[in-house]
Amino acid sequence: MINQFQRRFMTHLDPMLLGALGALMFISLVLIYSASGGSFDRVMGQFINILVAFAALWLVANMPLHYLIRSAVPIYILGMVLLLGVAFFGDIQNGARRWLNLGVATVQPSELMKIALPLMMAWYFERHEATLAMKNYAFAVILLIVPFALILRQPDLGTAMLILASGFYVLFLAGLNWKIIVGLIVTALASAPFLWHALHDYQRQRILMLFNPEDDRLGKGYHTIQGMIAVGSGGIFGKGYLNGTQTHLEFLPERTTDFIFAVYSEEFGLFGNLILLGIYMFILWRGYVITANASTYFTRLMAGSITLTFFTYTFVNMGMVSGILPVVGVPLPLVSYGGTSMLTLYLGFGMLMSIHSHKTLVQS
Amino acid sequence: MRQHKELKNHQREIYFFRLRLLISVVFMLMLVFILLIRLFYLQVIKQSDFATMADKNRITIVPIVPNRGLIQDRNGVVLAQNYSGYTLEISPAKVADLEATINELAGLVDIQAKDRKRFKKLLTESHTSNSYPIRSRLSEAEVARFASQRFRFPGVEIKARLFREYPFRERTSHLIGYVGRINDKDSAELEEKNIAANYRGSDYIGKIGIEQSYEKALHGISGFENVEVDAAGRGVRVLSSTPPKSGNTLTLTMDIKLQEIAEQAFGNFRGALVAIDPNNGEVLAFVSKPGYDPNLFVDGIDTETWDALNNSPDVPLNNRALRGQYPPGSTIKPFMAISGLESGKRTSSYTIGDPGYFTLPGNRHQYRDWKAGGHGRVDMFKSIVISCDTYYYGLATDMGIDAVHDYLEKFGFGKKTGLDMEGESAGLLPSQDWKKRRFNQIWYPGDTVSVGIGQGYTLVTPMQLAYATAVLANNGVGYRPHLVKQISSSTNDTTEPVNPPADINFKPKPEHLELVKSAMTAVTLPGGTAAWAGSGASYPFAGKTGTAQVIGMKQGEKYVEKDISERHRDHAWFIAFAPADKPRIALAVLAENAGHGGTVSAPIARKVIDYYLLGKIPAPVPMPKSKVETEND
Repeated sequence: MINQFQRRFMTHLDPMLLGALGALMFISLVLIYSASGGSFDRVMGQFINILVAFAALWLVANMPLHYLIRSAVPIYILGMVLLLGVAFFGDIQNGARRWLNLGVATVQPSELMKIALPLMMAWYFERHEATLAMKNYAFAVILLIVPFALILRQPDLGTAMLILASGFYVLFLAGLNWKIIVGLIVTALASAPFLWHALHDYQRQRILMLFNPEDDRLGKGYHTIQGMIAVGSGGIFGKGYLNGTQTHLEFLPERTTDFIFAVYSEEFGLFGNLILLGIYMFILWRGYVITANASTYFTRLMAGSITLTFFTYTFVNMGMVSGILPVVGVPLPLVSYGGTSMLTLYLGFGMLMSIHSHKTLVQS
Repeated sequence: MRQHKELKNHQREIYFFRLRLLISVVFMLMLVFILLIRLFYLQVIKQSDFATMADKNRITIVPIVPNRGLIQDRNGVVLAQNYSGYTLEISPAKVADLEATINELAGLVDIQAKDRKRFKKLLTESHTSNSYPIRSRLSEAEVARFASQRFRFPGVEIKARLFREYPFRERTSHLIGYVGRINDKDSAELEEKNIAANYRGSDYIGKIGIEQSYEKALHGISGFENVEVDAAGRGVRVLSSTPPKSGNTLTLTMDIKLQEIAEQAFGNFRGALVAIDPNNGEVLAFVSKPGYDPNLFVDGIDTETWDALNNSPDVPLNNRALRGQYPPGSTIKPFMAISGLESGKRTSSYTIGDPGYFTLPGNRHQYRDWKAGGHGRVDMFKSIVISCDTYYYGLATDMGIDAVHDYLEKFGFGKKTGLDMEGESAGLLPSQDWKKRRFNQIWYPGDTVSVGIGQGYTLVTPMQLAYATAVLANNGVGYRPHLVKQISSSTNDTTEPVNPPADINFKPKPEHLELVKSAMTAVTLPGGTAAWAGSGASYPFAGKTGTAQVIGMKQGEKYVEKDISERHRDHAWFIAFAPADKPRIALAVLAENAGHGGTVSAPIARKVIDYYLLGKIPAPVPMPKSKVETEND
C-alpha cells in the first residue's frame, strides 16, 4: 500500500529537495505567524499557496521532458503577449504598470517570464546545439533583451534584473565566449550612466539610499534602516520567537513579504541565519548536482539557470534586507508570503526534479 | 571556434559545461561569503549599536508631572491648591485649519471669543508645547459630547489635568502670586538653570510671588515611565516607571484672617500693609491693594482682561508692599531721633524754640513746619508726639547727610530687606556719594534739611518701613523678614522650619530706645497725632504718623485737600508696634491719597493689632466725620 503510494506519487519527486522545501515551508509558516502578529488566516493563506504550488510541482515533475521542451515556445509567446498587454492595457498599482486584468483574474506576466525566458533560451540553444554560432547567441540575447526592456519599463527594476540574470545564466552556461562576456560587462558598465538616466526617480532614490540611508530616515531610507536595525539587533542568538520588537511593534515594513528575512534575523539571530543559509546551500548543492548530471544540453541549461536564479533571488533579498543591495521588490524565495512567486519557484523545482528523475528513468 | 568543428565531442562538451558550472559555484560562494561577513558585521560587531537603535525606536520616556505643593497659612488654611479637571487641547501641528477646527468645536463645547483670544496669545508666547488648551474646566456633559465626536477632530484631545486654584483670590494675589503656562522665556531660563528635564511634562511654572520664589520647593520632582510604543507611536505597555515626588507643602508665616481684617480695614483705599513679628521676622500680613484674581492667569489670560488690569489707573498688578517706593514722611522721625541720640548730636533734654519754620544760616529760604506759628519749645519726646518738623530740619542739618545715611542704614533703609519673594525694591537712602553717582552733582546743605522729615530724595517701601519698625521694636535686632514658616516634604513627612538669621544687629543704648518708644506710645494717647486711633487701646500702642507728598508745594502755597484732585492727595503712613513694652507685632500701613496718616492709616493699624493681640474682630465702623487735629507736613 505504502509502496504503491510511493510508486505512484513519489517516483519523480526528489526526496532531498523535498525535505529542504519542507523545512523552508515550516520556517515560512512559523515566520508568517510571527510577522503577521499572530494571524492564522495569513498562515493558512500561505499554506494554501504552498499546496497549490506543490500540486504544480508534482505535475511538472511527473511530466515527461519532451512536454517541457515542446511547451517552451508557446509559453514564451504567451508571456510576451501578456507583457505587451500590460504595456498597453495594464492596471496601474503603486505607480507601476505590472498587472493585467484578464477578467477572471489579475496576473503579473513578469512572473511567468521568469520561467518562460530560460525555457525558451534553453530550447533555442538545444535546437541549434550542433551548429552553435555567434548569430545564435545574438538571437538569444534578443530573446532576453525584449522582455527585460518591457519589464524595466513597467517599471519593475527588481524583476527585470532577475530576468536578465536568469537569461544571462543560460548564455553563460551555453558557453558564451569569455571575450563577449567581458565585452557585455564593459558595455553594461559604460552604459550605466545612460541607464541611470533612464531610471525612474524612486529607483534612483533607492539606489542612493543604499549608500546613505541616514539622509532620509523616515522617507526612502526607512526600509533599509529598519531592516538593518532588525537584523543587527538580533545579535548572535536573536530575540526569540515572537519577541522581535522591530517586527511586533511594526517598525519593519513588508514584514510577511520582502522583509521577512529581517523578521527571521531579529528573532533567531546569526545562529538562525546560518541554519537558514545552510538549508539554501543544501538546495543549491542539490541543484548543482542535478545540473551537472543532466543528460541533455537543454536540461543542463535549464537546470543550471533554475539553480543559479534561485541563488540570485536568495542573495538579492538577503542583501537588500541587510543593506548591501538597493531595496528592490524581491521576496525571500520559498519563505516570503505570496502565491505567485511560490508557484514560479515550485514550478522550477518541479522541472529540476523532472530533469533528474526522467534522466534516471531513461538510464535505468 | 565551434562552428569549425564537424563533430562535437560529447565528453568535451560536458567538461566545458561543468567548468562553467564550477566557475558559477565559485562566484556564488564568494557572494555567500560577502553576505556572511555582512551578517557577522551587523549581528556581532554592530549588535549593540543596533540594539540601542531598536530600543530608541520602541521606548519613549513619558514624564509624569508631580503634584504641585500646597500653600497654607500659619494655621493650616489652604491658600493654593490643585484640583483635577478636563481641558480641551489642540495640537496646532496636527491641525490643518485651526480656525475651522475651533469653529467646529464651538458646536460641541462652549467656546467664547475670550477663549479664542487666550488661545491665540498662548500660541504666540510658547513654542515648546505640543498642545494648547482652547477651553479648560469642561463640564462632564461637554466631555461626553466631544468624546462621541472625537473622530472628527484629529489633533484635538481631552486631557485630565491638575489645575492650580487660589481660593482667596484677590486677598492673596500679591503674596502668593500665581502659576502660569511655561512660555518661551521660562523655557530658556529652565534650560539655562539646567533643570529643563524636570519640567518635560510640566505645563505650569510659578510666575510671581511665593509661587515664583519657592518654585523649586513647590514643583516637585518629575517621575517618568518607559513606555514601549509601536511604529505609529501608540503606547503598548509600560516597561518601568519612576513615580514623581510631589512638591513640598509651604506653611506661611501669615494668618489669612489677619490678612482679611487688614484688607477690609482699607475700605476703598489703595495702599499696602506689612505686619511683622519683630521677635523672629515672620511676616504676619502682607497686603497690597488693590489686588487681582490670580486664577485668571493660570491658564493664560485673555488680552482684554490683561489690558484692563494693566492699564487701570489703580495699577492692581503692582505689588505696592514689595515694590512701591514712597517718601517715608514723618514716619522717619523716630529713626532720626535714635540717630540723633546715638550720634550725640541730641540729648533727651535738648530743646529748640520752634517759630514754625527752619532756615539755614545765611539763607532766607524758610523750611516750614506743618503747623503755622510753630510748636513753641520742643524737646525730643514732644517732637515725636506732635511730629515737629522744625526739630528734625535742625537735627538733620547738624548731623550732616552722610551721618544720617549711615545711621538710617542700620535700620535697613536703602537696601532690600531680604524677604523671600523676588522683585523687591531697595528704596533710596541718599548720601553725598549717591548724588554724585546719580546726578553727578554735589550735595547742597538744603538737600539735607528735608531728608530730616522723610522728604527729599528718600524713598522707602512699605516692606522696608515695616521691617525698620520691627527692628526698632525689637531694640535694634532685626530678623530677616520671611513669608514661609516651614517647608514640609510630602514624601517623607519631614518638616524644615525656616529660621532666618538676624541680619541687623544695631543695638542703640537702652535709654535712647526707651525715650523714643515712650514718645511713640504717647503718639496714640490724647495730645498725640494718632490719639483718635489709640483711644481705648488696652495695651500700650506705639505708633507714628506720616504723610508722603505726592505733589510739591511752592513757597507760601497752602495744601488744601479739597482743592486737589484725589490722585494728587498725599499718601498716609502709619507705623506701629504693640504692646510697646514687649512688642509682638510691628507694622507699616500706607494708604494712597488718603491725606493724613492719623486719620486713615492709624485706625487700619489699630484694627490689625487689636485682632492680632486680642482676637477682636472690628465692627464695620464708618470713617470719622469729625475733624481731628492732624499733621500736615
